[in-house]
Amino acid sequence: MVDRVLVPYALLVWAWCRAAAQYPVSLMLLTLALLGAIGSELVALLFVFGHTEALGGFTLAEALLVYGLAVTSFRTADLLLGNIERLGEHIRDGSFDVMLVRPVAPLVQLATDGFSLRRVGAVVPGVVALAVGLASAGVAWTAGRVAVLAVLLASGTALCCAVWLAGACLQFFVAEARQLAHSVTYGGQALTEYPLSIYPRAVVRAVTFVVPLAFVSYQPALYLLDRPDPLGLWPGLRHLCPAVAVLGCVLAALAWRAGLRHYRSTGS
Amino acid sequence: MRVFCAVFALGLRRHSTYRAATLSAIVVNCVFGVVNALVLLAVFDARPRINGYTAADAVTQVFVAQALIGVTAIFGPPLDVGGRVRDGSVAADLLRPVDPLLWWLAQDLGRAVFGLLVRSVPTFASGAVLFALPLPADPLRWAVLLASAVLAALVGFGLRHLYALSAFWLGDSRGVESVGWLLGPFCSGMLLPLTLFPDAAAAVLRLLPWAALVQVPAEVFLGRADAAGGLLHQALWAAALLALGAVLGSRARRRVVVQGG
Repeated sequence: MVDRVLVPYALLVWAWCRAAAQYPVSLMLLTLALLGAIGSELVALLFVFGHTEALGGFTLAEALLVYGLAVTSFRTADLLLGNIERLGEHIRDGSFDVMLVRPVAPLVQLATDGFSLRRVGAVVPGVVALAVGLASAGVAWTAGRVAVLAVLLASGTALCCAVWLAGACLQFFVAEARQLAHSVTYGGQALTEYPLSIYPRAVVRAVTFVVPLAFVSYQPALYLLDRPDPLGLWPGLRHLCPAVAVLGCVLAALAWRAGLRHYRSTGS
Repeated sequence: MRVFCAVFALGLRRHSTYRAATLSAIVVNCVFGVVNALVLLAVFDARPRINGYTAADAVTQVFVAQALIGVTAIFGPPLDVGGRVRDGSVAADLLRPVDPLLWWLAQDLGRAVFGLLVRSVPTFASGAVLFALPLPADPLRWAVLLASAVLAALVGFGLRHLYALSAFWLGDSRGVESVGWLLGPFCSGMLLPLTLFPDAAAAVLRLLPWAALVQVPAEVFLGRADAAGGLLHQALWAAALLALGAVLGSRARRRVVVQGG
């Protein structure tokens, strides 16, 4: 695992970072633009709370916690392997065939191709919202909760990675499906930025049991806030976040294998 | 004139080639429309009336906004010009015996009309059906919306043309464009209707060109704003942006140096 995945991943990421560092001003501006784009969503959330004290039974501080968990996890996943959504392009121009013959796992090559630190800019508003939310939402801190926060962030990120990967695998079957996957990736992020209790039941069930994005922000927030679910779903769900993340990763990995086996080069 | 009609038709055809991509774009616009609408419904559930807007008004605006994405290209794509300056192929554009601004405009209007016909209609219709939107029966209201959408396409082009022209000075328009994709959705009322912004911020943003991309078309359609005033705001900004683009464009052409050959 370390030799075959992590070391080549780190080496390739380092190479792309050095390449991007050749244009430091451009990198800085792109990072700031991304920070501003995500920050403006946060501003919109603050404007919304200018009109109401609570949304779906969540106060501003609690909603910031949900938003922070969603954005931090999703955007960290985007940083780590968001580039896999360019699979369709690589298939069309034949560069995916080149990746298959190199002695590094194709997924590692795909994830690192065009890696850019500018995406850190998108994580920042998430971390800020998370910090403000955690500080002001009245979380009863214990040593256990601190450790669990780390686990929840890791499992949320892993789950988002799984969603990115599953979305990308779609392009093995429909080459132009890049945008279609955005309805689950970016659309899912937009959905989980707000407490799920504001949505109709059918939507909540879908993102809990079908595409389990509820375990990225909503269920972790319920755990950290130690409050009952206003939707009345099973209270044990919040303890399942890491298990759901593992399951999601296994399913996404199987989808990747199936896609890879299905893949026939586009030819010359 | 005939040449511009041909360029317009080719712009339309170029975008009609990618059917699966168009279908995906419609699905994505609908998904985002539903998410935004559900969030706004929750807000209006807590307060049924905000600055004269009802829940139905807000949801209608959300779907007008999503329907106009394919027309105004508010999230991109950029015009080809920026990339063509970067790789030097803009030289071919400048050699043509036609005005490059009108050439690029005709091409982009082809894209916009394709978006209006193929993307806007199904996106708005899905929203109207899913949320049972009360739609105006007055055909005049729909005619105003159509006119407003065309003007929004012109303003959208005017803005993206200016972003792209920055390549003549900076060598690369992508930085300016990425700032444009950030300002557009926020300042236009796409991310959140300007009606829900704090009053002072909304008052300023309503004067800026981005409001012509979403907020003005939505309000004239809802009958929340005077139709003539709204269309005038859009027309003035379209004229101003195109005029500024023409002036900057001719300056750019005087200083351009195409390397290699």
